[in-house]
Amino acid sequence: MSETQLTVAYLTAGVLFVLSLGGLSRQETAGRGNIFGILGMVIAIVATALHPRVADFKWIAGAVLIGGTVGAVLAKRVVMTAMPQLVALLHSFVGLAAVLVGLSTYADPAEELSGVAHTIHLIEVWIGVGVGAITFTGSVIAWAKLRGSMSGKPLLLPGRHLINLVLVGATVYLAIPFIGAETVDEGLRFALIMTAITAVLGAHLVMAIGGADMPVVVSLLNSYSGWAAAAMGFVLSNDLLITTGALVGASGAILSIIMCRAMNRSILNVVFGGFGTADQKKSSGGPERSADDVSETNASDLVVALKGAQNVIIVPGYGMAVARAQHPVKEMTELLQRGGCTVRFAIHPVAGRLPGHMNVLLAEAGVPYDVVREMDEINDDFDDTDVVLVIGANDIVNPSAQTDEASPIYGMPVLEAWRSKKTVVFKRGMSSGYAGVGNPLFFMDNTEMLFGDAKKSVDDLISELR
Amino acid sequence: MSEGATLISMLEGDEAQRAALAERKINAISLQRIPRITRAQKMDVLSSMANIAGYQAVVEAAAVYQGFFGGQVTAAGSTRPAKVLIIGAGVAGLAAIGAARSLGAEVRAFDVRPATKEQVESMGATFLMLEFDESGEGEGGYAKIMSDEFIDAEMALFREQADEVDIIITTALIPGRPAPKLILEDMVDRMKTGSVIVDLASSRGGNCELTVPGEAVVARGVHILGFTDLPSRKAATASKFFGGNIAHLLDDMMSDGEFVFDLEDEVVRAATIVFEGEPLAPPPRKPKPAPKPVETRSAVDPPAAIKREKKRSHGHGQPAEPPSAMKTVTVGAVLIALTALLGTYAPAEFVQHFTVFVLACFIGWQVVWSVTAALHTPLMSVTNAISGIIIVGGMLQAGSGSTGLAAILGAVAILFASINIAGGFLVTQRMLKMFQRGPS
Repeated sequence: MSETQLTVAYLTAGVLFVLSLGGLSRQETAGRGNIFGILGMVIAIVATALHPRVADFKWIAGAVLIGGTVGAVLAKRVVMTAMPQLVALLHSFVGLAAVLVGLSTYADPAEELSGVAHTIHLIEVWIGVGVGAITFTGSVIAWAKLRGSMSGKPLLLPGRHLINLVLVGATVYLAIPFIGAETVDEGLRFALIMTAITAVLGAHLVMAIGGADMPVVVSLLNSYSGWAAAAMGFVLSNDLLITTGALVGASGAILSIIMCRAMNRSILNVVFGGFGTADQKKSSGGPERSADDVSETNASDLVVALKGAQNVIIVPGYGMAVARAQHPVKEMTELLQRGGCTVRFAIHPVAGRLPGHMNVLLAEAGVPYDVVREMDEINDDFDDTDVVLVIGANDIVNPSAQTDEASPIYGMPVLEAWRSKKTVVFKRGMSSGYAGVGNPLFFMDNTEMLFGDAKKSVDDLISELR
Repeated sequence: MSEGATLISMLEGDEAQRAALAERKINAISLQRIPRITRAQKMDVLSSMANIAGYQAVVEAAAVYQGFFGGQVTAAGSTRPAKVLIIGAGVAGLAAIGAARSLGAEVRAFDVRPATKEQVESMGATFLMLEFDESGEGEGGYAKIMSDEFIDAEMALFREQADEVDIIITTALIPGRPAPKLILEDMVDRMKTGSVIVDLASSRGGNCELTVPGEAVVARGVHILGFTDLPSRKAATASKFFGGNIAHLLDDMMSDGEFVFDLEDEVVRAATIVFEGEPLAPPPRKPKPAPKPVETRSAVDPPAAIKREKKRSHGHGQPAEPPSAMKTVTVGAVLIALTALLGTYAPAEFVQHFTVFVLACFIGWQVVWSVTAALHTPLMSVTNAISGIIIVGGMLQAGSGSTGLAAILGAVAILFASINIAGGFLVTQRMLKMFQRGPS
């Protein structure tokens, strides 16, 4: 395949990727978008296979076969509640691949360069491998945290900012001997040391971030994985890699911004922790109130209220995912609808551990997407709602975000569940949410608590509703 | 009955009745008079009976209708789903929609109160819109009498529907008045032979001109069912619900084990028509806000468009306020300086790649903002798959023919990148399949 043909093929693939992302703007076109993506990928791979430099296929075919099979099995097996883990894991693979490609390119460059071009090339390798390593270990830690094999609590080493600074400094400093290295072996040694340092940096960064900030972290890592791919594009002088990497990078960046806005925090605040830490916890205002002050309800009483309700809004949170209650919730929704009641879902942007996590879970259970509303769409409707069911959510319905200036979550946009006639909170116990802030909603006159496992509570409701 | 006894029953509660009961010194509670408020819903006999009647109406219609409700494709031939029109989306209407829908029919519904649109749609029926700006929302969530122009438009709509539908179920009532005549003789004429009309308003004269209250007749080839005893045809359930309503009422009136008339109580006051020998006039009604109207005019469904518009302008993408001119100039100057520097010192090839990179960032930025929040997880998994494009780098390294370190590293990179590609695309496909629109 000639150079021009290759360029045209890459251009086509790039355009298909743009269309793929564009297709996701609406549910109706999303399936087509995914097909475009697959098409683009096939074109890119076939074109590359025909590249004059690619002469030997045994490694490629073997690796694609094994990798493809593993990927297909993963995709088939994953349960929807485990999507955040899978996404984090896949990010780590991109990071790892970037590191490997970077090192490989350094060991066996495609073309001989000299002068400024050579220096720039080396810097590209350096950045690409560094970002790749951060993405890799960062994502692995995120994966472990999301899986629960590692505590979701932030690990806050003393002087952690200093540690990060030293690691970054070392990475930059090591670039000088790397660029000046006489032989490939010598340079490779520096590159490996740098890889190790950035790997530690990635792991340390994510370890300091708490579980509920994971939507931002996963989005950020999504972005990093894109930038790592783009950097590899510079290294290999490959425009398709650059374009695609930039698309993914931008996408991840946008998601991070959306998530941060939804929590009224800056990216820096999330990335460098400082939230839910001991020194902040104390300042969280409001008098301490105990579980005795809340009014408790039970399934049978709630069913009476639900049967009399015309408008019900369900606010799901991470607790629903943990309890895997999405299927019973769907069933309950149907029973209520059958009784002539309008049931809608209100989704806060950061509900769950992944952007859009709640939407996927509800879709999995078969809840039609047109009753699942975004925060901005539904917040005005709480006034006219008879019953709001808050299932496994806490901070995203906390009124002190609007009223209590001393609260760490002050200014965060929240779902105004308290404006309804009656709010019922499904919760295991009275523990505070991730932010470590008490929730005045629980103590309001029109709020009742339904304690217990979300799935069990909903199951009880279903049997009473029947 | 002995003096001082309490009668709880379906009582019209007109003046003559009240006087007669008062004379006998009987305390009387009229079940019809129980107000339609949330708290009293569990005692609302009218609602529970209407629910049964709505359901039963569909069952009766299905029994006489010669076709299937749901469409079928069989080796012997196929049938279309029945088209059902339901007039009046009160409790009975909604129950009828639900029953007809679950039998597989194509259901459309009409109500003079636009606020019922959402309820109708939530039950899975299409709401028929009139191009007319008048709400039939009366007091307490019931319908009121409409203007002549409105009625003309309404009749035109029904006439048009009569050509199309197989079954009409009418449930239109206005409190304290004879049932409005909605299905006129000529409309019955227009209906296909073998069509069915079930008139739930027949006890008040019927919504159809040709209805004979209490009987099933065939007129102009159309079955017109005017049964007035629909709840009784589900006697066991009707008794159960009625009993439940009464139990709730008694429960509500009990205080410390005593049965008391608390006339301060909104529900008790409204339902009591005679107390201690005194006839009580109905209390002044508090106008109850009806459910918020959804959309009064136009059938093109502008809410979606408006929503999208709103979302665009609402924090997505663009900063809330344009940055000040000074700031823009400064940032611009810095960028120009950097670009100039780049253009002067960097090799041409790098600049070319850099151009591509910057443009791609902008495209990505523009495109991704339009992604709906509900699809953020699929967006992530698809970008996961797409970032597997790094496989291209691995292929260039592993395919060069060498067997050294570079090729091995390249091959491992391919391995992981292909996990991403296969995993990312497949899981996205799986997720997207799950996103389904509700029945419409």
